[in-house]
Amino acid sequence: MEAFTTHTGIGVPLRRSNVDTDQIIPAVYLKRVTKTGFDDGLFHAWRTNDPEFVLNKPAYAQGSVLVAGPDFGTGSSREHAVWALRDYGFKAVLSTRFAEIFRGNSGKQGLVAGILAQDDIEQLWKILEETPGTEVTVDLENRQVSAGDSTFRFEIDDYTRWRLMEGLDDIGLTLRHEEDITAFEQKRPSWMPKTLPARTADTH
Amino acid sequence: MAGTLAEKVWADHVVRRGENGEPDLLYIDLQLLHEVTSPQAFDGLRQEGREPRRIDQTLATEDHNTPTIDIDKPIADITSRTQIDTLRRNAEEFGVRIHSLGDKDQGIVHVVGPQLGLTMPGITVVCGDSHTSTHGAFGALAFGIGTSEVEHVLATQTLPLTPFKTMAVTVTGSLKPGVTAKDIILAVIAKIGTGGGAGYVLEYRGEAIRELSMEGRMTICNMSIEAGARAGMIAPDETTFEYVKGRPHAPQGKDWDEAVEYWRTLRTDDDATFDAEVVIDADELEPFVTWGTNPGQGLPLSAAVPAPEDFVDETDRYAAERALEYMDLVPGTALKDIKVDTVFMGSCTNGRIEDLRAFASVLEGRTKHPDVRVLVVPGSARVRLQAEQEGLDKVFLDFGAEWRQAGCSMCLGMNPDQLAPGERAASTSNRNFEGRQGKGGRTHLVSPVVAAATAVRGTLSSPSDLLTHA
Ligand code: SF4
Repeated sequence: MEAFTTHTGIGVPLRRSNVDTDQIIPAVYLKRVTKTGFDDGLFHAWRTNDPEFVLNKPAYAQGSVLVAGPDFGTGSSREHAVWALRDYGFKAVLSTRFAEIFRGNSGKQGLVAGILAQDDIEQLWKILEETPGTEVTVDLENRQVSAGDSTFRFEIDDYTRWRLMEGLDDIGLTLRHEEDITAFEQKRPSWMPKTLPARTADTH
Repeated sequence: MAGTLAEKVWADHVVRRGENGEPDLLYIDLQLLHEVTSPQAFDGLRQEGREPRRIDQTLATEDHNTPTIDIDKPIADITSRTQIDTLRRNAEEFGVRIHSLGDKDQGIVHVVGPQLGLTMPGITVVCGDSHTSTHGAFGALAFGIGTSEVEHVLATQTLPLTPFKTMAVTVTGSLKPGVTAKDIILAVIAKIGTGGGAGYVLEYRGEAIRELSMEGRMTICNMSIEAGARAGMIAPDETTFEYVKGRPHAPQGKDWDEAVEYWRTLRTDDDATFDAEVVIDADELEPFVTWGTNPGQGLPLSAAVPAPEDFVDETDRYAAERALEYMDLVPGTALKDIKVDTVFMGSCTNGRIEDLRAFASVLEGRTKHPDVRVLVVPGSARVRLQAEQEGLDKVFLDFGAEWRQAGCSMCLGMNPDQLAPGERAASTSNRNFEGRQGKGGRTHLVSPVVAAATAVRGTLSSPSDLLTHA
């Protein structure tokens, strides 16, 4: 995972609340077996049917900071929602409230999910709509978002922030404690379940 | 310090305590895999050049996409075939044990683990599947995880986690005849709601739980997730030990004695406290059935379809309105007057041998209602073999039911076993969501004996209705 300290990119105002993971990426994409290339599924229904949808406007199409309404990422736990945002090029999503699992999944994939006050989201929307293509800077170290002349504070928990700044995926981080894992394994009773060598009712 | 069952199992698996808001690092004893949520996890390992840490604590089976007829032919649906082929390739490349279609140990992942004796008291079990909570019936801490976490466990055999809260679900008294574990859990979910268990591990306790078989306990723990809980657990006892003993992977000899001695310590201390508690009286329970589109929208079978106005809470009222429209039901209709097109007997909730026995015992000597299609899908290939040894297949076939091969089947309709739009099912599975069993399909969740009585009468019925209407 790439380390994240500051990112500057075009802000995308998504004036919708309760954007669930089905809307972020429809279920048909769950049948795929790869982990990348989900950008085509992102907001599929809106991108294909709604010419007014924000990402269909050229000024926002290259956006990388999504500014959304409350309760972003609710519904099914599919991690594909985060993969789709990431593959499209988003580095950060800002909202007043995220669904718990979506927020967890974001942290695992290096996507910053920052929580802002609703007033600040409204102001960001205004700035981004008045001047389409405005760049937004997400400063993770100082937990600040700036656009135009305005700066806002966002929340993100300490642990996730630290992990994102170090560019540590969960696995890399856990592997730092490999010695602890090995020590734990050595203390486990021998009768704990083992799938190998395989036994079945016939051979038993 | 006094602790609950969940806290004890947690404490025994902490590799490293988290400091400064960090999560604990928890050791995972067993990871189960299936074809839908594992491909990207293996892909991730490959991308990073990582190897699975403990293939000897990992088991894969094919279940979600597998067909239940013509299993010796190539799978017709291309995406399903790709997912299954991918799992087979990954298992081969990384050396993971796999039970493929046609193998005697193939079946729904949550049926296979316990059946092989891999699911034991006091262990931690994960799977990229929300119904992993099933394994909690043994006093294991078992929960569903996302695909990144599947990869994480493959690579490290651990997961960083923050402790769950605990809730006691005490079921007092004894069940009346014809009332089953399924009715207990449907009543629990109706009581606490589909979000009532969010953030909690539910511990089911009380006389009625003690009296249940392992199959019944699995049915209950299985649906913990439908109450929003992270996991469900039941303290192990003689019933548990009896079930595990002698299974292919169960401890043997001296190991067995040592294991049982430890397992006996796995109970909530008398002076331990839960973060929340609910009590259900089993004596009062009747067969339960859902009328709506989430598992919390359930009522005793003797009740009538509710009206939206019956709900005080505005969200509930709105949800009821939408559900009634989708289910095409008129408030006030007796639930027992609802006509059903299909009866689905199976899934990881009720696809075990005892469930099939209960189903068969009601069918035996009776005839199927002519308008009803009945699908019997065993939870695993072993369950199918066992049922055939007991002659249950003959009971099903004589009755006019279809006797299928093992898999998830119509529980989620990822294979061709689906409801047609507008079709109505009485189903022993766990989710009655819109379109879950097929686009436009309507689902009523029921127990195996209610499913059987419904197959006879053609409307939602309990076995006691067969006696009075014989
Ligand atoms: S039977 Fe249904 S609930 Fe169980 S694992 Fe299969 S799809 Fe999931």
